[in-house]
Formats: sequence, structure tokens, C-alpha cells
Amino acid sequence: MLGSVIPIALGLVTAAVAMSFWRLLCGPSMPDRILALDTLYINAIALLMLLGIHLGSALFFEAALLIALMGFIGTVALCKYLLRGDIIE
Amino acid sequence: MLEYLLSFLILTGATLTFIGSLGLLRFKDFYMRLHGPTKATTLGVGSLLIASALFFSSRNVGISLHEILITVFLVITAPVSAHLLAKAALHLNLHSFAKMPAKSTKREEGTDDDAMDTQTPEEKSSSSDTDVPRKPV
Amino acid sequence: MARLLPHPILSPTLACLWLLLVNSITPGQVFLGLLLGWMIPLLTLSFWPEAVTIRKPLTLLRYIGLLLIDIIMANFTVARLILGDPDRLKPIFVELPLDLTSDLAISLLANSITLTPGTVSARLSEDRRYLLVHALNETDPDALIATIKRRYERPLQEIFELC
Repeated sequence: MLGSVIPIALGLVTAAVAMSFWRLLCGPSMPDRILALDTLYINAIALLMLLGIHLGSALFFEAALLIALMGFIGTVALCKYLLRGDIIE
Repeated sequence: MLEYLLSFLILTGATLTFIGSLGLLRFKDFYMRLHGPTKATTLGVGSLLIASALFFSSRNVGISLHEILITVFLVITAPVSAHLLAKAALHLNLHSFAKMPAKSTKREEGTDDDAMDTQTPEEKSSSSDTDVPRKPV
Repeated sequence: MARLLPHPILSPTLACLWLLLVNSITPGQVFLGLLLGWMIPLLTLSFWPEAVTIRKPLTLLRYIGLLLIDIIMANFTVARLILGDPDRLKPIFVELPLDLTSDLAISLLANSITLTPGTVSARLSEDRRYLLVHALNETDPDALIATIKRRYERPLQEIFELC
């Protein structure tokens, strides 16, 4: 059961990554691109967790945690840049 | 039994993640696109993480709950980044299909206030005369 | 007491966070977690100017439960809207007058609004009395404001501000 569900889920998440990437490439404005980047981070966490279940390895947890932390900080820094024109004042 | 629950969680999570990104692709203006990733993707990844926690708890000796940490972190941070993105978009005057309330446009000119700021009012008033919001170059 | 343990809610939270992070509950890790939960608030005291007081813990628990149910419902609402015809949606900006005054309560309200059906909080006005909310598909702004005030603002006000 799990063996057949995980490839389907991986396919769905990969399609999600492709759509976010499309928005990142041609999103008309800067906030669109930042939003796409944020979505890509979250999709990457989903991919890592699925791969972890697929391979039966808990090693991917640390990577997922780091991506979650760094993704949020990156989004906030980019938004601050758009709002103020500077990150560290 | 557990396997069915796991499969259900994984499929729901992947489908929600997919739908969130589909929203990013389909909607016409930025403020509408913001809705997809902040809600659907967050819960989708949340249910994938819970599936992972259940899976490793059932396989190894001892329970494995640390995936909950990422779920909680995502649920806390997703609205914050959505709020900041919406603020940035309003600051840049992005085109929107939704009408702005009339009185709001006047009052909000040049504001740079933030609900997520942890500054106390004194610090804010002392710093507000120095940091004038600037347009990005 | 107040000087040794300045944030009585933050300390146990940090200890739990540490235990989740190392993913084990051996006595040594519990001790280390409690130590970290005690040390970190002391060392970062100047970054946390105001102490958080929760006046009604039971209302807070009920609020969290309500929020979790609403988040799950919100997802299916938004998923249906995304899969439907995007041209038929009626997005709208709504200005929500705030009764809350404390920073924490306002940020929690903004977060709740973003996580629940079809609404994203976009901007707080400079005088902190209006919150600009973007709704994905809403025809009646007054009904939306009334719902938000009844469902989320009332409990938050009871938890953090009223005695």
C-alpha cells in the first residue's frame, strides 16, 4: 500500500515544485517571486519527508528543519528589503 | 490499519501541496495568489510531517515526535511571511482586482508599522524619525 | 522569584522544545532542557520587555482547538476555490476595526485571520486601530467583520486583556 502511494505523492509534489518554479521564473512582480520561493522551500520540505519515509531513514529531519528555518528567515529578509530598501539598518 | 491511515495522510498532504501551488499558478493578481501557498501548502506539509512522525514511531523503538516541531514552526511562520508579503505588495502598489476601502488609502500612505514588531512604543517613537521608508532601488 | 524566573511560560516551552529537538526523554536530556529553559530567558532578558500573562488558560485551550478545526476547514474551502473557476471569485479588501490593544493579541489575531478561510491580514494601520484584510471570495464585508470579531477577537480579548 505505502509502496504505491509514495510514488504518486512524490509525483504530485514534484508537479507542485514545477508550478512554483514557473511562477518564480515569470512572476510579474517581486513579491510574486518571493512568494514562489517561499512555496519552493515548503515543497522541498515535503519532498524530503516523503523521501525519508520512502528510504526509511530519519536522517532527513535535520535538513528539513534547517530548510524551514532558513526559508522563513530568507522570506522575511527579502520582504524587509522590498519594504525598506535595506535589510540591516 | 496504520498503513491505511499513513497512506491517507500522505495522499491528502501531497494533494493539498499540489493544490496550493496550483493556486499560485492560476490566480490573476498577487493578493489572490497569496491565499494558496499560505493555507493549502502549510496544512499539506503539516499532514506529511505527521505521517512521517507516525511512520518512524511505528518502525523504530521509541516514539519519534520531532517532526511535530517543523509542523508547529510552519504553522507559526506561514502567516507572518504572508503578512509581510502583503505589506510589501501594498507598499509597491501592486495592481489588485479587489477594491480598496476608500478611507484606508488616505490614512495608510507611507505607513511602515507592523503587528509582528516587538518594539515597545517608546523605542518606536524614538526610531521613527530616523528611518523613513524608502523605495527599493 | 520574578528575577530568577522572569518568564514562567517561556521556560517550560523551551524545555519541551529541546526534548523534541533531541527526540529522547532520558533524565540527562530532561535536566539539560530545564537548564536551557532557565538560562535562555535570563540571558535574553533585554529582548523580552513585557511579560505575557494569560488570564484564562481554559479559554486559550478552547481557542486553540477552534483554530485547529478552522484551519482544516479553511484548507478545504480554499482548495475548492482554487479548483473552481478563478474568474468567478470576488476578492475584496475589508478594513477591520480593532478592539484589541496589546501587541501580542493583535499579532495573534492577524495570524489567526491569515490561517482561517479565505482571508489574509495585509496591513495594520499606523495608529493600530484598523487591520486591512484581503478576502478571497466574499460579497458581504459587514458579515465577515462580524464573524471575525465574534469568533477570534472576543476570545483573544478575554484571554489577554480583560481581567
